[in-house]
Amino acid sequence: MSFKFTEENLKKIEEARKKYPTSLAAVMPTLYIAQEQNGYISNEVIDEIAEVLGIDKVDILSVVTFYTMYHTKPVGKYHIQVCTNVSCMLRGAYDIWDLIRNKLGIYNMEVTPDGKFSIEEVECMGACGYAPMIAINEDYYENLTLEKVEEILNSLLNNE
Amino acid sequence: MERIVLPDIPNLNHIEVYLSNGGFEAAKKAFSQTPEDIIDQVKKSGLRGRGGAAFLTGLKWSFMPRTTDKPKYLCINGDESEPGSFKDRQIFEYNPFQLIEGIIITCYAIGAQTAYLYIRGEYHKWIKLMQKAIDTAYEKGFLGERMKETFNTDFYCNLYIHKGAGAYICGEESALMNSIEGLRGYPRVKPPFPAQRGLWGCPTTINNVETITNVPPIILKGWEWFSKIGEPKHPGTLLYGVSGHVNKPGVYELPTGILLTDLIYNYAGGIPGNKKIKCVIPGGTSMPPLRGDQLEGVRMDAESLKQAGSAIGTAGVIVMDEDTNLLKVLLRITRFYHHESCGQCTPCREGTGWMEKILHRIAEGNGTSKDLDLLISVANNIEGNTICALGDAAAWPVKFMIQRFRDEFEKYVKPDIKITIPNKVHSLRNTKLPLN
Repeated sequence: MSFKFTEENLKKIEEARKKYPTSLAAVMPTLYIAQEQNGYISNEVIDEIAEVLGIDKVDILSVVTFYTMYHTKPVGKYHIQVCTNVSCMLRGAYDIWDLIRNKLGIYNMEVTPDGKFSIEEVECMGACGYAPMIAINEDYYENLTLEKVEEILNSLLNNE
Repeated sequence: MERIVLPDIPNLNHIEVYLSNGGFEAAKKAFSQTPEDIIDQVKKSGLRGRGGAAFLTGLKWSFMPRTTDKPKYLCINGDESEPGSFKDRQIFEYNPFQLIEGIIITCYAIGAQTAYLYIRGEYHKWIKLMQKAIDTAYEKGFLGERMKETFNTDFYCNLYIHKGAGAYICGEESALMNSIEGLRGYPRVKPPFPAQRGLWGCPTTINNVETITNVPPIILKGWEWFSKIGEPKHPGTLLYGVSGHVNKPGVYELPTGILLTDLIYNYAGGIPGNKKIKCVIPGGTSMPPLRGDQLEGVRMDAESLKQAGSAIGTAGVIVMDEDTNLLKVLLRITRFYHHESCGQCTPCREGTGWMEKILHRIAEGNGTSKDLDLLISVANNIEGNTICALGDAAAWPVKFMIQRFRDEFEKYVKPDIKITIPNKVHSLRNTKLPLN
């Protein structure tokens, strides 16, 4: 199935291109726009970006496979990122990781069968003073306890 | 104590509040002087970079060529991915206009008409807040072509946010430039340095967010005022991020040269349960850790920490109490650097992986004393043998943690005592997470 940018997103890409002297430099913002529209970066998405920016596909693939925030597979409606780096680890991040993993029954980078949740163990999220923390989609949840995490998960589980 | 970067003024992120507290007066003052004057004042102030290397800011600016046919660029580093460091987001949230004003003055001083503010991609909220502030600055004529009228000058500059995408290495200045150019964040071989050949082959200066935010008060109040704050060789204040086993973790703006124990006990509220401190990493995980009994008299500035056997880094202080399992901590740190190695240099790409494997072996109860020496040997072979400082950053924690806590690590490698490391570490192996 081919992928095409919406008219609105084509305008966003054009705005991004104006920030840089080369089209290649717009590849990172364009990938974000594509990911927001499609959910992840498929081969079809790469084809379309190459067409729109007028750059080689390999240049896009090179970027997609280097940066961890671009998904090459679909993620859940709620993508939960758990920071387990030192400051979070010292304050119980792995207990939170275990709780989420057990409750959802999935491993790292897996998606629940209903497509609602995915989890990812991530490196430092720059929230060390508010540890432990998780991020769900674009939102940070900080100073967490197991009870708070349970509460957050339950509210998402009940949210259709 | 006067706060320079995060003043205690409510709603300073609102343009009206910023303006009523002297906002953009420093920029106006700067435009009445020559760029050379501005660089001279920043040099005399003694301002050092806040991103890790503590290099003299004015000196760095002076490396930019005055006469060139090429465009010049400014990059502001807000990638903030060093574990333990979480200071820049406070500036994005609470004092974005002082950062913008600092960018304007810096652009004028170095002759750059385009600035890229590189912010880590995970900071969605703070990117939105910063973009809102930039949009406001454009609307009010503090950025863009209307600057000519607003400031009555021939100079103008544009400021764009470039959003990172989850690669720690992009905090390294040349990797950051590659990332802005739309490439993999591979560090570049230096020389040539960015001032000679930076973004798209043009002269470029790269400064940390906190460094740039210090610039407007220096210009407005004078370099003499700034140079008298804190330690003479490393003046000003720092945003100390304190995390780990403390009662009140958070960001504290205090003068350089404050006692590390003062920071931990008086500001960060001491250790939960009044436990003893086993280990402190004073400047982010790449800096050599200090033992609890090494902290007395240690001051938080570049020179003092060097003497104490560590470094100031990003002033991200991680505190670990007496019950902390340092093998588990070191394994987590090493796994981080292995994951974040860009893979260009063999010593870093392979060495970080070897160190992680050896630490796993020890954690699984199969280590011997020789493994500790082997780890130090691998670390020594990485250190100084890579294009960028990530190699050193990965090597130092291993080398210094084992050297300074040898007794503790010896406990884990005695074959007759099987230490069971909490299964949380093992879960790293069971998560199907690719190692790289």
